[in-house]
Amino acid sequence: MTNEQKRQVVIPGEVIVSGDDFLPGDGTEKTEKGIIALKFGLAEEINKLVKVIPLSGVYNPRRGNVVIGKVENINFNGWIIDIDAPENAFLSVAEVPRYVNKDGLDEVMDLGDMVVAKIWNINKRGIDLSLKSRGLGKINEGIIMKINPNKVPRIIGKEGSMIKMVKDETRCNITVGQNGFVWIIGDNIEDELFAKKAILFVAEKSYIPGLTEEVEKWFAKEKGGEKSAN
Amino acid sequence: MKNGLQRRKEEKKVPTKTFKRTDGRKLDEMRPISAKVGVIPSADGSAMWKQGDTTAIAAVHGPKKMHPQHQQDPSTGQLRCNYNLMSFSVSDRARPGKNRRSQEIDKIIEWAINPVLKIKGFPNLVVDVTIQITQADAGTRCAGINAAALALAHAGIPMKDLVSSIALGKLDKTLVVDVNKEEEDYEEGEGSTDIPITMTSDGKMTQMQIDGKITPAQLKEIMQMAKKACNEIYEVQKKALKDGIGGGEE
Repeated sequence: MTNEQKRQVVIPGEVIVSGDDFLPGDGTEKTEKGIIALKFGLAEEINKLVKVIPLSGVYNPRRGNVVIGKVENINFNGWIIDIDAPENAFLSVAEVPRYVNKDGLDEVMDLGDMVVAKIWNINKRGIDLSLKSRGLGKINEGIIMKINPNKVPRIIGKEGSMIKMVKDETRCNITVGQNGFVWIIGDNIEDELFAKKAILFVAEKSYIPGLTEEVEKWFAKEKGGEKSAN
Repeated sequence: MKNGLQRRKEEKKVPTKTFKRTDGRKLDEMRPISAKVGVIPSADGSAMWKQGDTTAIAAVHGPKKMHPQHQQDPSTGQLRCNYNLMSFSVSDRARPGKNRRSQEIDKIIEWAINPVLKIKGFPNLVVDVTIQITQADAGTRCAGINAAALALAHAGIPMKDLVSSIALGKLDKTLVVDVNKEEEDYEEGEGSTDIPITMTSDGKMTQMQIDGKITPAQLKEIMQMAKKACNEIYEVQKKALKDGIGGGEE
């Protein structure tokens, strides 16, 4: 919690800390004046490492991220996936953990299909995706929504606490892609829409402190309303 | 008629200290400024800059793939500005679309902002900045640069610093800060000289233009005035960004 209090809003060029005791992390740079912010966001200091968490902007892909994307094109050996990043990503047939007939790639995933995948490599040529992990693959049912990718950490919460609460309260299975796409699948459409409403609420209130209690309160209120309506 | 002209000529001869600005401002006083970030929800970053009767809106899209493809540069990212004076922004209707003037200002804004941008790490990508002038009362390129700097920061583009821009002027022999349209059209004596200057927060200059004659001594004075004005603008920009944290989501 002490780290939370140390967070401050910084603008590009602003000196976060001066002196040689600190290391510059993401979104910062070391200059003669001290460590300056390169991005607009919240500055955070953990174990002498200073970094800036951006509050807005496009999704910046990173290795290991689970993302949700749309099949945009099919190649002779894979799929081009639009993951709402500056560049499209590539999913090779070799990264699909099942037998794929090379003549029938569209039978596995066709244009317009949504897919949950993991970024396993980023290089000069582009972003490579993989399906070789648990919970990855084509999306067949449920609903997909889009939120600001910078709010994904708040949706997930500390060690998944927030998303776990939403899952338990709405009885839905929810997958949050780091690029801001959220896949909700529940027993019926009402549950799914309720989960969508809850996630929109968290995203909207993401900047207020004590968010977990606020969301608990919101759930209590919404559930109460639901019962009286029935 | 002749009498009036003569009288005005006499007035002009009095020392410059009693020079009166048309809107009653002090020589180093700027028009009231207001700024806001996050005015366009569909853009990746946006800002509005209002200075007197001049209003500029800037929207940032990207980084995204450079299109047309032949302009892609694998060694660095690029900045592309698009300045547009809306047809209703001036008293006489402006012809919509690109023209010689707007193309020149596009380039000037790019050059003014590029030195603080750190977009080397975005190969083949472009950051698009669209600047719309909804009301024009002189100093539109400066308002555009101020809005664009805010919008770029709001879009999370890495920058070393912000840039602040101000148009100074020499009206006859008097140096003033932040000229408006009426002053820009000043014709008495030596007429008006328009000097837009852009600076970073530590006083390094990224852009300067002079449209007219000025002595070296006065230019030095102009630089001092610009530094002071840019500092004030920087504070407004800083405040707008810090206030924009909850406001952008409303």
